[in-house]
Amino acid sequence: MTKALVRARAILRTGLDDRGLTRIETMRSDPPITLRQTAPGEIHLVSTGAGPLGGDRLRLDVEVAEGTSLTVRSIASTLVLPGTGRSLMEIHVYVASGATLVFAPEPTVLAAGCDHRMTTSIELARDASLFWREEIVFGRHGERPGRCHSRFDATVDGHPLLRQEFVVGDPETDASPAVFGTARCVGSTLITTETAAEEPKSEPREAEVAEGVAVLPLAGPGTLVSALAADAVELRHRLSWGESRVLP
Amino acid sequence: MDGLPGLLLLADSRLPAGGHAHSGGAEEACRIGAISGPEDLARFLRGRLATAGRVAAALAWSACAAADAESAWRLLDAEADARIASPAQRLASRTQGRLLVRTAKRIWPSAALAALARAVPDGAHHPIALGVAAQAAGCTPHQAAMAAAYTSVTGAATAAVRLLGLDPVTVHRVLAELPYDSVIAEQHDWSALPAHAAPALDLLAEQHLRTEVRLFVS
Repeated sequence: MTKALVRARAILRTGLDDRGLTRIETMRSDPPITLRQTAPGEIHLVSTGAGPLGGDRLRLDVEVAEGTSLTVRSIASTLVLPGTGRSLMEIHVYVASGATLVFAPEPTVLAAGCDHRMTTSIELARDASLFWREEIVFGRHGERPGRCHSRFDATVDGHPLLRQEFVVGDPETDASPAVFGTARCVGSTLITTETAAEEPKSEPREAEVAEGVAVLPLAGPGTLVSALAADAVELRHRLSWGESRVLP
Repeated sequence: MDGLPGLLLLADSRLPAGGHAHSGGAEEACRIGAISGPEDLARFLRGRLATAGRVAAALAWSACAAADAESAWRLLDAEADARIASPAQRLASRTQGRLLVRTAKRIWPSAALAALARAVPDGAHHPIALGVAAQAAGCTPHQAAMAAAYTSVTGAATAAVRLLGLDPVTVHRVLAELPYDSVIAEQHDWSALPAHAAPALDLLAEQHLRTEVRLFVS
């Protein structure tokens, strides 16, 4: 069976209603990325097709308007499958002044043979708040993962806050005790709270570390929870612990 | 100008700039048993080169190729900050950068090194200090990147030899076989510089700071 290559671009924008509450201004689904509003200011991503498969190019644009709050979750994990060439998932985000975005979808699972590229670029206004969780699982149970290269860029008021890339599926580095060690999943949560960059620096925030997880205050106004784990359940458990250290 | 003598001096572990005090996560990795012999060490070094080494090479390239202006150094330094999530690693990088600038200013007096010291008084990140020192020493950006890639693994390798009593010749063979060139590329757009993360190195660096008996600073 051959499948036509998919090009999709979904768009999500918030705005304020007459009462000053968040409403979903634009919700443009583009299969396989289907958006469903599940609560006020809350959207679930529903995958209405397999994949992404090799060759697919998917894009999601999210714009959170001034003073609004948006939560994005997903119904199920994303299974990246092989196909014709490389698949691409790009996410572009803007969070305006005084706005809050919580983005916490289920993990991305890299099936054997996949060749996936993920790029996420997030622009935050100076007093925007962000909670962004990303989890990558190296293959289904007992499976060697395909390849994945992810790049994450977040800026605050135009200044770089966090830039990080992961390359999974490269035998040269996968099992390196410097990179993923014996882990089968990697995850991170970036949390910024409305700490204006020009505010006097409070006492330096302390990093914390536990088995397979670290809470890392960044040089800029944000904290990264970074975790490695043997499976998705353990990964979520470790990230949640770290998140709870940042957000009481 | 031929920058080879500058490259050799900068990459030499005998350069009095304090590099010998850092193990790049190797000490902690040895302590927890993640490195116990030459094979583990080789995997550790390959991963370190492909991540931290690649990022360091790109920063050193950019620093060496940049015209000296204090605002430019601050911009590049902020790009380095955004690529080092672990506070322990940022501290180690700045400490080594500060010492290197102090040393290099006396060996290769230059306006660029003086401007870097003024622009980032707490100590520029090490790869940036290395790139600017390389520029002062007459090196090309490629040579600066090579020095950064090379020094991203040699400190860890030497540390492992000392901590585990490994055969130094075997370890040097590992170093000789590493694909340095594969992590070096011409760089232009600073915001797009490589940003390869190494979560295990972050964990090791933070655990190391909390370990009581330590031979190395990082």
